[in-house]
Amino acid sequence: MKLTAPLIYGLIACILLVSAPHAEHLPLWVSAICSALLAWRAYLTWSGNPLPPRWLLLVVTLACVLAIAATFRTLFGREVGVTLLILLASLKLLEMRAVRDVTVLIYLSCFVIITNFFYSQSIPTALFMLLTLLVIMATWVHMQTGDLAFRPRLRIAGILLLQAIPLSLVIFVLFPRVQGPLWGMPQDAYASSGLSDSMAPGSLSRLSLSDAVAFRVVFNGREPTREQLYWRGPVLWDFDGTSWKRGRNATLQRPVLTDATAPVDYTVTLEPHNKPWLFVLDMPAKISIPADLAPDFQVLNRTPVNARTRYSATSLLSYRANLGEPPQQLQRALALPQGYNPQARKLAAEWRTRSDSDMALVQTALGYFNRNGFEYTLEPPLLGTNSVDDFIFTTKKGFCEHYAGSFVFLMRAAGLPARVVTGYQGGEYNDLGGYYILRQYDAHAWAEVWLRDRGWVRIDPTAAIAPARIQSGLNAALPDNATLPFLARTQSPLLLKLRFNLDALTNQWNQWVLGYNTERQFAFLTRLGMEDITWKKLAVDMLSGVALLVGIFTLLMLRRLSVRQADAVQALWLKACRKLEKAGLPRAPHEGATDYAARIAAARPELTEEIYDLAARYASLRYGGEAEKDGLAAFRNAVRAFKL
Amino acid sequence: MSHPLHAVITQTEQVILGKPRQIRLALTCLLARGHLLIEDLPGVGKTMLAHALARTLGLQFQRIQFTSDMLPADILGVSIYQRDSGEFRFHAGPIFAQMILADEVNRATPKTQSALLEAMEEHQVTSEGETRPLPVPFFVIATQNPTNQIGTFPLPESQLDRFLMRIQLGYPDAQAERGLLAGVERRDLIAKLAPQMETAELMDLQQQVRQVFVSPALLDYVQSILRHTRESARFVHGLSPRAGLSLLAAARAWALLDGRNAVIPEDIQAVLPGVASHRLQSVQDVQTSDGDKLARELIEAVAIP
Repeated sequence: MKLTAPLIYGLIACILLVSAPHAEHLPLWVSAICSALLAWRAYLTWSGNPLPPRWLLLVVTLACVLAIAATFRTLFGREVGVTLLILLASLKLLEMRAVRDVTVLIYLSCFVIITNFFYSQSIPTALFMLLTLLVIMATWVHMQTGDLAFRPRLRIAGILLLQAIPLSLVIFVLFPRVQGPLWGMPQDAYASSGLSDSMAPGSLSRLSLSDAVAFRVVFNGREPTREQLYWRGPVLWDFDGTSWKRGRNATLQRPVLTDATAPVDYTVTLEPHNKPWLFVLDMPAKISIPADLAPDFQVLNRTPVNARTRYSATSLLSYRANLGEPPQQLQRALALPQGYNPQARKLAAEWRTRSDSDMALVQTALGYFNRNGFEYTLEPPLLGTNSVDDFIFTTKKGFCEHYAGSFVFLMRAAGLPARVVTGYQGGEYNDLGGYYILRQYDAHAWAEVWLRDRGWVRIDPTAAIAPARIQSGLNAALPDNATLPFLARTQSPLLLKLRFNLDALTNQWNQWVLGYNTERQFAFLTRLGMEDITWKKLAVDMLSGVALLVGIFTLLMLRRLSVRQADAVQALWLKACRKLEKAGLPRAPHEGATDYAARIAAARPELTEEIYDLAARYASLRYGGEAEKDGLAAFRNAVRAFKL
Repeated sequence: MSHPLHAVITQTEQVILGKPRQIRLALTCLLARGHLLIEDLPGVGKTMLAHALARTLGLQFQRIQFTSDMLPADILGVSIYQRDSGEFRFHAGPIFAQMILADEVNRATPKTQSALLEAMEEHQVTSEGETRPLPVPFFVIATQNPTNQIGTFPLPESQLDRFLMRIQLGYPDAQAERGLLAGVERRDLIAKLAPQMETAELMDLQQQVRQVFVSPALLDYVQSILRHTRESARFVHGLSPRAGLSLLAAARAWALLDGRNAVIPEDIQAVLPGVASHRLQSVQDVQTSDGDKLARELIEAVAIP
């Protein structure tokens, strides 16, 4: 085996393919150096020039490691590890002297494939890596076979991959799972966006520019109407003049629902967002995973959600929420920072005197928003220090956080306990998969006020200005020229169908491949009839499954090798040959029966007659034209009788 | 053994001493309706073999000595103007015979060589727009000097492929040579040879060759051999499908000569050096590749399935 030019090009292609997806997050200079190294190697191969001397490689390597250490300020951790791996793999290409180096590079490429899944586990990534693996296998086959043409090489690689499918399936299904994400490391910080624990003007409208999936929901049984789809997230209490924050609950008392009816069951698959909150419909009653119900009906996971999480929950759509709210909490729901927004306070005080009930006050406020030329827009003008005053009296243009925030401000100023609730509203129904998709642009903010006889009541001021937002989604509520994420716009039915198909596929992938965790595994195996599942049992089953499959493959291959030997005549002849072989007269593989017989006759004259008889019978049975009726039986008897 | 063939072999062996294998191969070639190329030094009995076979089989015999100034018309014939009748009449060339000995075929120019080889392939001659069939049976024994001798035009591989077999005679062993030296003049012997077979009989035998049975197991063996030549790094080219057909045809004839009506692997092995040696080329040294040695290696490399 020689290090031929095509083999080198194959290896360059392998390294290029495995590191290409990393370019997205590698430092720019690393990508540049890697490309330069690969190009250099390709040029050397093409021109036939010798490889660079060892000392030069050593210097370049040291310089690269130092530069990485300087960039990351450490040499440990995932990012640094991946960067080092890719740089060193590119450098290794320049110091290939023996077959051993090719093997190292092939293994290295396979390893870098895995690192790609640290960053993305989507279907396209998986498909791309599968393709890359095919190229790596083809290169490997190239190394083993030498001068085979490209197509047969690819074919062998493909067959090898296909043969690996049953094995990988067994290992995938049975490999004992650990809790937590398969590809995540504990310190993983997801850059993914989502609702945060504070809300300032502009924070939700920024979020609405993203069409990333927040979560998917399947309803079991009755589906609520669109106007009821308020997915509750962080509840914000504390206002400091510009932003709303969650603050600290003054009590640990569990909230109480009374007269609650209209239960809805559903299952949520939540994308990781690195915050503890789980999204549930107003108001949650039951949830399938261990989580805490905060006094303000927020459902909080015990740890930040940094892996895709699936949970079932039951919510009650009609309720009286926490009639007995403790006074400290009500106090929080009335607190306002001193000195801000004097005009809004004045307006609220005026409403208070005019309204004879709390509900009338709420109606007055909603009516005010509805009548005074307020506009719903993604691009609101900037607001000054007195943001609520500016918004209500000057700009009158805002997104849901403006309306929810100023509404709660006005209510508190008028003496009615109120709070901001953020979350998602609505969702897009995928009728192919039968589930709702909630994307970041479905993020929403609304208000809750506390009425003495009804508890916390949801009021959505946005619905007063742009009812379409609640009934049909963001797109319907905004003017046509608004900059919306591509997916939020109305699309042709064909595109929509394609999109739903893709998302349904992604959902299956998430549920069954990425989300195949301990519970899924146990549930699946129990359904297959396995009992008392322990990880030891799984390991044993997996190993026996692998052994079984390898055994089956081996048998199949052996069978194909010896398909001719199944010939009964030949089997008998080989039996006779074995007898002679034991006597020290083995037949050469290329030796025909008659030639062999002649040789035996020369060596052991006493066998002459018998061996010639056998050879003649064999030749006529195996190569002769007319099949003799009892030929085979006679031959069998003759072979049996043949003794040395 | 079928007796007329037995008689043919015995009689030829009396003239050509110590070469039973080559005689059988030549006869095999004739029965399989192929043509034979003998490559050897001058004076080892190439002409004798051809002549003796022709006499024994009762075939018309013509010998064409090839030279470098020979033209196709010298072989095929020409039309000559007849003064008395006032028209052209075709004067058939020496190729119009049942058995042709084309001596030193590589001394002629490629143009003349191809005229012969085309006639061999088509079994007819086209001259001046008229096509004339050659006699039946039609069998060519061409001889060739080793190609490293001066003044030769080596036959290209594509034309070598037209010969069913290429054999070498080689020097006789000591005993045969003694018999040769002590015995009577060979030429007189040949003149006295009596035909042992009618032409119709020979053609009937040729027909029988086609009926010899070939079992699937044997086809597997032939295919293994062909595959091995194509996959092995030892050879420049693998054997062509035509070579495979030739191999089978020759093996059938060999089996018939042996008095069997089915081909066995030994038949293949017996004819393989003759059929394959001029079609195989070693990768290692193209100049001095010994076809026979390659064929023997090939036999030993392929197991009988």
